[in-house]
Amino acid sequence: MHYIPNTDEDRREMLQAIGLASMDELFSDIPPQVRVKAALKLPAALSELELLEHARQLGAENANIDDYVCFRGAGAYDHFIPSVVRQIVSRAEFYTSYTPYQAEISQGTLQAIYEYQTLICQLTGMDVSNASMYDGASALAEAVLMSCRITGRDRLLLSQTLHPEYRQVVRTYLQGMSVETLEIPYTSGLTDLDWLRKELDDRAAAVVVQHPNFFGLLEEMNEISQIAHRVGALFVVSVDPISLGILQPPGAYGADIAVGEGQALGNEICFGGPYLGFFATREQFVRNMPGRLVGATTDSEGRRGFVLTLQTREQHIRRAKATSNICSNESLNALAAAVYLTTLGKEGLRKVALLCLRKAHYAWREIAKLNGFPPLFSGTFFKEFSVNCPTSPQKINQVLLKQRIIGGLGLKKFYPEHQNGLLVCVTEKRTKEQIDEFVEVLSETGEQQ
Amino acid sequence: MKERLVFEIGKKGKVGVSLPRCDVPEEEPERLIPEQHLRKDLPLPELSEPEIVRHFTRLSQLNCGVDTGLYPLGSCTMKYNPKVNEEIASLAGLTRLHPYQPEELCQGALRLMYELGEYLAQIGGMDAVTLQPAAGAHGELTGMLIIRAYFLSKAQKRHQVIIPDSAHGTNPASAALCGYQAIEVKSDERGCVDVVELNKLVDEDVAAIMLTNPNTLGLFEENILEIADIVHRAGGLLYCDGANLNALLGVARPGDMGFDLLHFNLHKTFSTPHGGGGPGSGPLGVKRTLAPFLPVPLVVKQGKRYLLDYNCPLSIGKVRSFYGNFGVLIKAYAYLLSLGPEGLRQVAENAVLNANYLVKRLKDHYHLPYDRICKHEFVLSGARQKKRGIRALDIAKRLIDCGFHPPTIYFPLIVNEALMIEPTETESRQTLDRFAEALIKIAQEDAETLKSAPHHTSVGRLDEVAAARKPNLRWKE
Repeated sequence: MHYIPNTDEDRREMLQAIGLASMDELFSDIPPQVRVKAALKLPAALSELELLEHARQLGAENANIDDYVCFRGAGAYDHFIPSVVRQIVSRAEFYTSYTPYQAEISQGTLQAIYEYQTLICQLTGMDVSNASMYDGASALAEAVLMSCRITGRDRLLLSQTLHPEYRQVVRTYLQGMSVETLEIPYTSGLTDLDWLRKELDDRAAAVVVQHPNFFGLLEEMNEISQIAHRVGALFVVSVDPISLGILQPPGAYGADIAVGEGQALGNEICFGGPYLGFFATREQFVRNMPGRLVGATTDSEGRRGFVLTLQTREQHIRRAKATSNICSNESLNALAAAVYLTTLGKEGLRKVALLCLRKAHYAWREIAKLNGFPPLFSGTFFKEFSVNCPTSPQKINQVLLKQRIIGGLGLKKFYPEHQNGLLVCVTEKRTKEQIDEFVEVLSETGEQQ
Repeated sequence: MKERLVFEIGKKGKVGVSLPRCDVPEEEPERLIPEQHLRKDLPLPELSEPEIVRHFTRLSQLNCGVDTGLYPLGSCTMKYNPKVNEEIASLAGLTRLHPYQPEELCQGALRLMYELGEYLAQIGGMDAVTLQPAAGAHGELTGMLIIRAYFLSKAQKRHQVIIPDSAHGTNPASAALCGYQAIEVKSDERGCVDVVELNKLVDEDVAAIMLTNPNTLGLFEENILEIADIVHRAGGLLYCDGANLNALLGVARPGDMGFDLLHFNLHKTFSTPHGGGGPGSGPLGVKRTLAPFLPVPLVVKQGKRYLLDYNCPLSIGKVRSFYGNFGVLIKAYAYLLSLGPEGLRQVAENAVLNANYLVKRLKDHYHLPYDRICKHEFVLSGARQKKRGIRALDIAKRLIDCGFHPPTIYFPLIVNEALMIEPTETESRQTLDRFAEALIKIAQEDAETLKSAPHHTSVGRLDEVAAARKPNLRWKE
């Protein structure tokens, strides 16, 4: 086995040094009846060449979105990743290191996380950010748990315009808690504020809203923030980080906790993971935060350095009383996000957001001109929008696939009330030509009805 | 060497990326979005590409990784991360996939997940596996929720989870997150669960016991069959924290020992890199009776087709979006295929051999609280050195001067001045010898040399008290 440096001679001599006669004696403390007798039923070892070939064949059984044109989003996005990002995260000093417990030889990771935390604060307009969570959905679940801890209340209001999988993850995380979850209905694709005003009272720990929401629409964040705060509930928001290139940051509309899926920040779409959840809040709540935090400090000679800090919140110190059970986060993905935000910078991120906005609106207008694809909702959107199809989106997507286009997501999967609803995503990577072709194929499917 | 922050390097007007020009009408954002939704300012840094690359490259040089040297962190299994796995995990056919693309267009990805689940089930002696959890602690959370759902389905309310005093902190934290009361069971003088104590604790209010086997002392729980019997007789379940599974690969299977649930740490046992603190992956295996409670979707095989099955009415739901850390799964899958069943066993044998060899070389120089055959790791105590005022921390920092990453220190909590050492199978005897010699030399060094270590790093020991008292968690102008 070429990953094992010991030779037979080494093994013999080492056993001898230990005072054992055979490898089996190393396992003499395991009861004989539970020792594996025959070899496990696993495929025989492949050489590196065979392994690569096998992997390529598996890859060939997938349609990859370099070969197909992707108009699907819904929480995982095909944004451009500058080469710098992959080059940096491929450095073995970063990717083969562990959680930076030994600060003196982990300053690279620690400083990069400190920069990541700062960049997330700049992007969201919040005071503090942690070092990342598993993904957007679990970050949201941790945010609602935190809002229960802070307020001491046990009721949550989640908008139905929140990503359906995120709602499901929140409910799963809360199973062991005595917390009541209410879903805020929507009207015209937006969180129903009349319902919220009527039902919300001082039992609520948090009001939770996604912006832009799952249908792609911009919610009335200022208004919802005021409604939530009037009863002392926290305002917890899940936001698209790319949209923050042009949209108001959560800090500006009074969010108490801002989370989101950070995949779009330089991380490969990769069939749903690994991604990262970013997590930011107000200064006053910092000791209630879940996850790792990096802080700046000094050494005995006054030199600046970085350490993991406020660890008394965490499981390895507080055990059952920790603010979360999280240990590993998504450090390398957070590094990718930091490199991405640095590379795009002030102008670049705004440009990417503008490209998304303009291309999505171009596609929306062209589709609106067709017969039979009216917009599902009339609200303002960013890079995703919903239309109503003349037939089932599944049929339309089949036709699109023949032209090597992955169409929008059929809303029926999550919203049975929208049987023919289609959620379309247009990122900066889509060209006018690709959009025109997409619209052209749509119009053909419309005519066939 | 010291590196400025990106915020201190940038300057107004610098650009780090080239983006395509807009090929659709360039409408002003104010025409598309009401002004109250638009931000006034975006305070991100401004740097050119070469400056960015130099900055992050210099940061990388302030780090240590498995590729730069021995990284013997106990319970972390910092083994070599094979390069072919990295190459495979960057193939467009495996990575440029949208999670919601139609099943017929991701058969290769689903097959990979299905087969990896089968392999893990086989290795752990489990019947069904979910690949959804993103890390070990996430697998624990999933397992605890499944245990809760299982008892609810039997109309039983149990409130306690028993956890040894040597356990990882995530165990009690995960149990508490699911509403369970974590009850501690003491270890006996041989470093294993005290069975007499356990017998007193187990009753019908106990939902489960969470065990790490081998435990965090690196010792196999010799009484595992008796423990399983005690817990099962009271109707409880056995959860295995798989952090230390490296010692058992192809040698023994938790499922055969009576464990009902087991999480795997792909970033430990199955060689996927730890990334400086993630991404990890913590698949969870369960016995047949618990399979109906696994998170959705499950990857199933029908004839020659692979499908995502959401039709699981008893499922606990979802613990994250989509299906798991797929990019990490690819690497673990590739690793298993490159090992095969024989290679797998060699991994365990050499990991255990390396650990016992180091014990032999070190036990005359440091106190060894549990002197018996260990598995993949062992715990020394700095108690002798402490009499001279030298702490485990000082020994750890001095190792940095010698070119080694320090072991895990002050854990497990039941060992005074613990030094928890896990060499893994990917270290050579020569490296182990050099490491042992360094530790032996340090055992005899004077307090002053040790207290001032490390001597050659970009920063010395940092003031953690000040960092926590007045947290500075972000750069500000």
